[in-house]
Amino acid sequence: MAEAAYAQLVKDARVTFARGRTLPVEYRKEQLVKLRDLISENEEALYEAVYKDVRRPKAEAINFETLMLLNEINTAIAEVKNWSKPTKVSRNVLQLTDSAYLHKDPLGVVLIIGAWNYPINLLLAPLIGAIAAGNCVILKPSEVSQHTAELLAQLIPKYLDSEAIKVVTGGVEETTALLKQRFDHIFYTGSTAVGKVIMRAAAEHLTPVTLELGGKCPVIVEKSVDLGIVARRVAWGKFSSCGQTCVGVDYLLCPPELKPKLIEELKKVLKEFYGDDVKASQDYCRFATDRHFDRVMGLLNATKGTVVHGGSHDKADLFLEPTIVDNVEADDPLMQEEIFGPILPIVNIADTKAAVAHINAREKPLALYMFSSDQASIDYVLNSTSSGNVTINDTMMHMSLDTLPFGGVGNSGHGRYHGKFSFDCFTHEKGVLHRPTGVEKMIWMRYPPFDEKKIYWAKMAITKRKIPFL
Amino acid sequence: MTAYTAIVEKQRRFFKSGKTQPIEFRIEQLETMKRMLKENVDKISDAVYKDIHRSKPQAYCYEVSNVIIEIDYMIDNIADWSKPHPVEKTMMTMLDSPMVKKDPLGVVLIITPWNYPINMAFLPLVPAIAAGNTAIIKPSEIAPHCADVIAEMVAKHFDPEVLAVIKGGVNETTELLKERFDHILYTGAPPVGKLIMAAAAKHLTPVTLELGGKCPVIVEKDADIEIAGKRIAWGKWLNCGQTCLAPDYILTTAEVKPKLVAAMKKAVDSFYEGNPKTHDDYARVINDRHFERLSTLLDKTEGTVLMGGERDKSDLYIQPTILDVKATDAFMQDEIFGPVLPIVTIKSLDEALEHIKDGEKPLAAYIFTN
Repeated sequence: MAEAAYAQLVKDARVTFARGRTLPVEYRKEQLVKLRDLISENEEALYEAVYKDVRRPKAEAINFETLMLLNEINTAIAEVKNWSKPTKVSRNVLQLTDSAYLHKDPLGVVLIIGAWNYPINLLLAPLIGAIAAGNCVILKPSEVSQHTAELLAQLIPKYLDSEAIKVVTGGVEETTALLKQRFDHIFYTGSTAVGKVIMRAAAEHLTPVTLELGGKCPVIVEKSVDLGIVARRVAWGKFSSCGQTCVGVDYLLCPPELKPKLIEELKKVLKEFYGDDVKASQDYCRFATDRHFDRVMGLLNATKGTVVHGGSHDKADLFLEPTIVDNVEADDPLMQEEIFGPILPIVNIADTKAAVAHINAREKPLALYMFSSDQASIDYVLNSTSSGNVTINDTMMHMSLDTLPFGGVGNSGHGRYHGKFSFDCFTHEKGVLHRPTGVEKMIWMRYPPFDEKKIYWAKMAITKRKIPFL
Repeated sequence: MTAYTAIVEKQRRFFKSGKTQPIEFRIEQLETMKRMLKENVDKISDAVYKDIHRSKPQAYCYEVSNVIIEIDYMIDNIADWSKPHPVEKTMMTMLDSPMVKKDPLGVVLIITPWNYPINMAFLPLVPAIAAGNTAIIKPSEIAPHCADVIAEMVAKHFDPEVLAVIKGGVNETTELLKERFDHILYTGAPPVGKLIMAAAAKHLTPVTLELGGKCPVIVEKDADIEIAGKRIAWGKWLNCGQTCLAPDYILTTAEVKPKLVAAMKKAVDSFYEGNPKTHDDYARVINDRHFERLSTLLDKTEGTVLMGGERDKSDLYIQPTILDVKATDAFMQDEIFGPVLPIVTIKSLDEALEHIKDGEKPLAAYIFTN
């Protein structure tokens, strides 16, 4: 599609928005119900497309893609009326006779760029918020997950209002052309490098961005937790989706005395998950493309650590078995960038303090994990590190609670969503102060000419005081 | 590496040491800031008067006292606000304790404007410190006396590792923006906002951009016109029209216009006791460049002068001015940021709304109606 065509597309969406089509709460609910239908009426086709794209087993697709979406949609349908109502705010002496509230304005025409690793969820979850907030939306699914992109490009116009919600397919070239257009918000899930490009493009139009990026999500292991449980939860958090999850476990920080048992437990658990012949397991994913396979294999080939489990691979099948690499140093190739693959490096650290120093020497990750029952130690880690989110004694699970804001900090991104946070992401909360005309008696001191008396009374009026009944 | 790498790194090291975490530390910094401002009220008022000709009582109210009020408010609430707060759970998380923890970001850059030079530097600074960050202020070079006062006060009362001031103009700011910050807060004009966001994109630094726009005022016929005129006049000519929230232009009907103009004239007369040029409470245009900008617009306008119009370059003085204009007038293109108030005549509320929607979303919009 030429740039001119994209300009027209956005223009059309703007006209739809200007007409007020997407504003009524009933309309928003209707679209959300139709989105729910899109998913529930096409589950098998969706699972098939995802399987073709990333070999995700159906059970995982249900857990990580569709079920989560259905929950979010149902929440939005139930809450959109409340969320879109103005919110009263507390007042002070100066506004005693006023009404003060936040009016929820939709932003206009927003752009949502999806990612390939959870191609349904990461495109449609922000869509829920954008619709609930009353916007028109341009969706750009990732071209890397081609089958899902094509399926969604077909289904979306079938179920949703195509005057308000439009799909653009394509790769780098198309996305670059699309980014020249002006949007009222851009929501991007993907890599840090591309996040910078998107923010730069958005700056041309002063378009605010939500960037859901990545990072190296560390796991700190302490002795106060059963290593069998640690192994199980870490293996799940690492090897689901063949390691291709933004909040997936990237690497392990483990004191030397715990390592042998932990590695033993990890091997046990992997056998339980995938059997002796991982390649034959129906539940293990694959890399998305050759390029991804090559990148991760390159890291494995270059590592100076010791491969203590796994390593076998097959390029034709985009397959790399769950691999554990021990004795990885801070400067190892596996420790330079987000791995996004099924290799679990174990980094030697003496204790949690050393783990924290290691983590703080790097970019703030999207998630941080810690296994411990020592509250003082947990508090220490929470207070001395920063990350998008944290799960203690499990991996990835903070994503399952929509009252926790999902997003990054620093290099892992900024902005957040899920649940009401999605609605807020695509809303401008406009502060409104509604004054009666008859209160000149209360504000006489603000008009020139000034004297001491006016200054005194101005200070009295302006000072914030706790007024419980307001 | 830039001239500023050392100071940024110093602050980052201090931040990473964890010393800004304890609430007591943050409160101490805020108390110091309060003391510093109180001790320097006179110096500040002098500097504000020298830079923008805003009178002392107004300097105190709009620059210092509301910052102190903000500091007190922050100190009262900081313990609560910085605590983790628990969130609602679901069946699946019933045995868990989910909460949102407040992490400070790191090193924050605050780039401040010239129109309320003290206020706009410290108002964002107070929460940045309260949240546990370190900060660097880059005050506007267009209000140089205030920039000097800020730099002097801060150097005397604060460790540069916690709070530092970097003075300079476009070149220095461009250099400074090459450094990596954890958040940048900028108050100023949209074109510069774009440059700042583009620079921030290189480091994925989140930005808060407090920019401007043409804040419209709609006055309907059922409004109390006397009061509308007084409040509009107050908002417009405060700081000689150089307030981001100032009413930029008026949209009203032919029927309301004469009454509204009369009400505004009356208000201006009472504010400045008949003589704005000599009255202490009427500010000035900030500098030659802005004076030229406004002067050129006054030359280009096709509107009729309903009030004012006098200018004096040597004094950077422009009289409170009201113009009757068409929607396409020179004054209707960019944010005016000066003491000229155009009135555009419309026939209906719908027409007013169409006009507003045609333009960029403004920082504020006002309507006088019952």
